[in-house]
Amino acid sequence: MDFDLSEEQRLLKESLDRLIGDRYGFEQRKTYGQAPEGWSRELWAQYAELGLLGLPFAEEYGGSAGGPVETMIAMESFGRALALEPFLATVVLGGGFLRHGGTAEQCAALLPKIVDGSLTFAFAQTERHSRYDLADISTTAMRDGVAWVLDGEKGVVLHGDTATKLIVTARIGGGRRDRDGVALFIVDSNAAGVSRRGYPTQDGLRAAEITLAGVRVGPEGVLGEPGEGLPLVERVVDEAIAALCAEAVGAMAAMHELTVDYLKTRRQFGREIGSFQILQHRAVDMLIALEQARSMAMFATMMASEEDAVERRNTLSAAKVQIGRSSRLIGQQAVQLHGGIGMTMEYKVGHYFKRVTMIDTMFGDADHHLRELARRGRSPAAG
Amino acid sequence: MDLRFTAEELAFRDEVRTFFRSALPESIRDKLVANKGLAKDDIVTWQRILNTKGWAVANWPAEWGGTGWTPVQQYMFQEELQLTPAPQPLGFGVTMVGPVMIAFGSEEQKKRYLPRIANLDDWWCQGFSEPGAGSDLASLRTSAKRDGDHYVVNGQKTWTTLAQHADWIFCLVRTDPEAKKQEGISFLLIDMKTPGITVRPIVTIDGGREVNEVFFDDVEVPTENLVGEENKGWDYAKYLLGRERTSIARVGFSKERIRRIKEVAATERAGDKPLIEDERFREKLAAVEVELKALEMTQLRVVAAERNRVGNKPDPASSILKIKGSEIQQATTELLLEIVGPYAMPYQPEHDEEERWNEPPIGPEWAGPIAPTYFNTRKVSIYGGTNEIQKNIIAKAILGL
Repeated sequence: MDFDLSEEQRLLKESLDRLIGDRYGFEQRKTYGQAPEGWSRELWAQYAELGLLGLPFAEEYGGSAGGPVETMIAMESFGRALALEPFLATVVLGGGFLRHGGTAEQCAALLPKIVDGSLTFAFAQTERHSRYDLADISTTAMRDGVAWVLDGEKGVVLHGDTATKLIVTARIGGGRRDRDGVALFIVDSNAAGVSRRGYPTQDGLRAAEITLAGVRVGPEGVLGEPGEGLPLVERVVDEAIAALCAEAVGAMAAMHELTVDYLKTRRQFGREIGSFQILQHRAVDMLIALEQARSMAMFATMMASEEDAVERRNTLSAAKVQIGRSSRLIGQQAVQLHGGIGMTMEYKVGHYFKRVTMIDTMFGDADHHLRELARRGRSPAAG
Repeated sequence: MDLRFTAEELAFRDEVRTFFRSALPESIRDKLVANKGLAKDDIVTWQRILNTKGWAVANWPAEWGGTGWTPVQQYMFQEELQLTPAPQPLGFGVTMVGPVMIAFGSEEQKKRYLPRIANLDDWWCQGFSEPGAGSDLASLRTSAKRDGDHYVVNGQKTWTTLAQHADWIFCLVRTDPEAKKQEGISFLLIDMKTPGITVRPIVTIDGGREVNEVFFDDVEVPTENLVGEENKGWDYAKYLLGRERTSIARVGFSKERIRRIKEVAATERAGDKPLIEDERFREKLAAVEVELKALEMTQLRVVAAERNRVGNKPDPASSILKIKGSEIQQATTELLLEIVGPYAMPYQPEHDEEERWNEPPIGPEWAGPIAPTYFNTRKVSIYGGTNEIQKNIIAKAILGL
């Protein structure tokens, strides 16, 4: 049992932290967010140069064949940076679907372009009514010769406004919430019939509402076995949950540091406010929540590639519960302990608060996953 | 980063588990499962079984009978004790005064006391808290005045756990009333049979008799019973309190509790189905299980970091073990209380050896100890430094506030 990073992983972390330190100051981030894409193409190219965009991919595609730990390291740094770039959408989700479900041809055609930064992805899954149920899909795919025709509406597609390719879930059979009948497609985002309405999200990222009206997808765009797509979706979403947990830990750690620093510098009543016991204990409560979250993010990372789907889903649900609860406590208290300045757009802490709040709404919030654990009747601690 | 145990570690765990299952008398295990109190004999019997196996003082240096196990093995040993469940070797000797003697005691003290601690020939208790010195322990006033070849001890200790069984007590006493409060304290070993010592039980809210007041009235203690140097006792006490960072979380204990919760929640009905199938109950249980899993991982982080640890500086993660561990233990007793429902009410003090309830059980046979266990478990966020004191320590030592 070993929680330490390997030498290579440590170097990865150092180079990332250096890049973030140099290029991701609060003011710099503001500039990146003002670009039409809402993120920095220039930094994206640097990520590619550093090999970050190839972390989880096999060497034959130009990647470095890393595992969940490498993704965790990257996501934690991005969480600290409040990074705006579509790493999760492209590398973790888009790349994840190709790694686990793509044919050799699809991987050879697309993965090298993720690695070199020329291709970005978005995962078009959520629909207006589906909330967090991955099987709740009413977008349809009808066979037309060797091609498929997609119709439906997808919502809150993270980075869907700028992605060059979309991974779309659609139904070829079964009822709206059935596990069977789900298919996955790789869709060109400028294909005929795709319309996108991009918008900013609460946390300064971007997303899109996407309409698919008679979108034709050729056989090269079919991902996995049509009708049997749900286990693949769950597998990739679980990896994304592990990655989000790491991102949230990075953001929580940064918020906690900012808050403790503020307690040491802000003076009222003639003394540092950190000398007041009630505020000290609040800061300790935040630390406890942070360490519990970090522990579960590590556990989620370890279990993200677990073959036993039941064990894996239970662990990732438990991690998402812990991260959601810790995030809420740390985020709210970070703002509270800063007082008025914590409420302002010009100060960093509120932006972390907003990001972790939005992470809770991605792929199931704490209550959703708690219900899932209760419903499935066994959580990993029972093992 | 690889969070799996090695094959060797897993084999070790199996060996420990197998031994505990075969060697622990069933009557002792049954009492622990049912939250019934253990008799002195139960604890002595089990510790002697462990000592024969060479495992009673696993945490000590090999020279004094320890095992030389790695931090992971030590952790597994503790975890398996709690999961079985089996009694812990008596902590006052094995994890408290023993390690202090090994670190600071004289050769004579080590030779005389350590083997008897290991075999539980001597039952030790801890004389730290006083009526006026709880969280502010350093303000203690029990005095020890030197008079030739002995000290004369006067004062009162309190919350002395299981002093009614004790042969010896290790005490913090004030030897220099003029010095700054932390600097005038010494660490003294006192024979409980010495004239002038009176033990008076304190009955806790559950009806239990665990804790006592101990009065010292001109008690003569030979100077050879001083541990280390005079007026250095506070340092030794801090050493003692800083040890056993990992077992304090009692993760295995809470896991066993959750197993028990599932067992009894399957037998109680809520409307037309067993309580275990009630959605709201299941969610509450799942929430505790999530916290416990996170705590287990936090504990493993601390265990894994042991080998890289320099000096006695605690890992930041370790600081949360006591707070979170006690909160979870308390949460499990709340769930048990909820399961038993109205039959929490009858007071049947069967958990108490000395005041045993000898009548047929009222309600479910397992109900008797549930409410008392809930009441009793409120202590875990108070003893060993209250959770509020723990937070003060963390704020200062880790956050620098």
